[in-house]
Amino acid sequence: MSKEIVIVGAAESTRIGTVPDQSAMQLGTDAALQAISDAGMSISDIDGVASTLQTVELAHHLGIRTRYLDGTVVGGCSYMLHVRHAVAALRDGKASAVLVVHGESGRSRVGMAPRLPDPSGPGGQFERIYGVSGTFSSFTLPVMAYLDKYGLGEEALAEVSVAQSRWSSQNPRALRQEVLTVESVLASRLIAWPFHIVECCPLTDGGGALLLTTAERAADLDLKHPAVTIVGTGESSEGPGVSFMDDLTTFRGFRDASSEALRDADMNTGDIEHLMIYDAYAHLPLYGLEDLGFVGRGEAAEFIRSGATSPGGSLPMNTNGGGLMYTHTGMYGMFALTEAVRQLQHRAAAQVDGVRTSMVQGVGGMFGAAGTVVLQRR
Amino acid sequence: MSKPVPVPTPETQQYWDKAAQHELWLPYCEVDSKFIFYPRSFCPICGTSDIHWRQLSGRGTLASFIINHRAAPGYEGEAPYVMALVELEEGPRLMSNILEVEPKPEALRVGMPLEVVFEERGDITVPQFRPSSEGDRS
Repeated sequence: MSKEIVIVGAAESTRIGTVPDQSAMQLGTDAALQAISDAGMSISDIDGVASTLQTVELAHHLGIRTRYLDGTVVGGCSYMLHVRHAVAALRDGKASAVLVVHGESGRSRVGMAPRLPDPSGPGGQFERIYGVSGTFSSFTLPVMAYLDKYGLGEEALAEVSVAQSRWSSQNPRALRQEVLTVESVLASRLIAWPFHIVECCPLTDGGGALLLTTAERAADLDLKHPAVTIVGTGESSEGPGVSFMDDLTTFRGFRDASSEALRDADMNTGDIEHLMIYDAYAHLPLYGLEDLGFVGRGEAAEFIRSGATSPGGSLPMNTNGGGLMYTHTGMYGMFALTEAVRQLQHRAAAQVDGVRTSMVQGVGGMFGAAGTVVLQRR
Repeated sequence: MSKPVPVPTPETQQYWDKAAQHELWLPYCEVDSKFIFYPRSFCPICGTSDIHWRQLSGRGTLASFIINHRAAPGYEGEAPYVMALVELEEGPRLMSNILEVEPKPEALRVGMPLEVVFEERGDITVPQFRPSSEGDRS
């Protein structure tokens, strides 16, 4: 039996949304210090750092003497991969406490390196030249193939935002708290038809952090909240852009990473009581529910419309409001993880009664990479 | 601001050289009998370097699309414009704009036939697609 690895600290930056007076590093370290405090640990107890921030800078900034560094950056799901790698390192004794950190000034761009697209990469040569003006005009591009295949209209996307607004309306930290209707979604400003503004993630500033260690170590700690066990993980990738997907109606990364995580956890979808699917755009929960195996092909839109993923439904999903409604700093994956941990610790803003098992599915790039984490409160 | 242009690499140079002659070419794997997109110097399915460049018909169908209301640099004044994934008759799928069409949902249909045209951008020629002049046969 392999060592049990647990999350002993999970926190988000004190401020979230528009934070023009804090850098990406400040947002990340604010969350990191809270996570360390929640675990009853101190900086000198930490020997591993994983982040999308520059890891050497981050470790130095926090005063951590490292023997484990993970600078994996594959987009918004990087943190799911960080967790997966940290579990392996902690089991193997290559680290004793690993801090996973997200800090991004996505809106205000304070302390952020300039974005320099590479005009010679696959995306630069074969996608960006066609007027890609942001992720909203490329990540969204496969959607008509999906809607056409299953005879669905633009309402299928609107229902995703409607369902998630029912969660965000209960969350005082959410950027978009208004309860939406299909009509109000379809009447909102068009960004890239069939996507309206509330079917696209906002761009915000924020940070988040997780602190991982062994269950053995955690037993000796004075934890502020119950430890959450990492019972399964998976990671995968498909390609460098939507042009390079095998099939426009399904994401291989979702399929491969999630099936590996469930195998790792020795679980099936029926065991999952709470679900987070990274939703930068409203089609992602549709692809995710089907690719992860929660519903059959073409059934996700009706499942969401039926209320199954809304408060009181059989499969509460994106309960912080999701990237669409809660916050989206650019690499949102950390916030899907912190929400799942909060739910399992029974301290979420919109708490699901008695939830003990959660699955968190991330995506990176434009249907590029994927990472899955299955969590359990024991 | 002018529209973005690609910077070719040694593996893709021929694609852009042929585009400059208003032809669409891609490497073809003789083992798997498949075109390879994007271009590289071996086949990512079987690993063989036994590949040869071949010309494609330039005919395809609309696989998916969005209508972009927020212009990219160089596309100012053209929004809304259609961004699409085009499935070529021979199999590969490419991103493109759809030219010579109203940027309205009712003017576009998944599966509609398309044909390649070529757009000059300074020293580079970019493949683009428009509704097929042979009409909709489906």
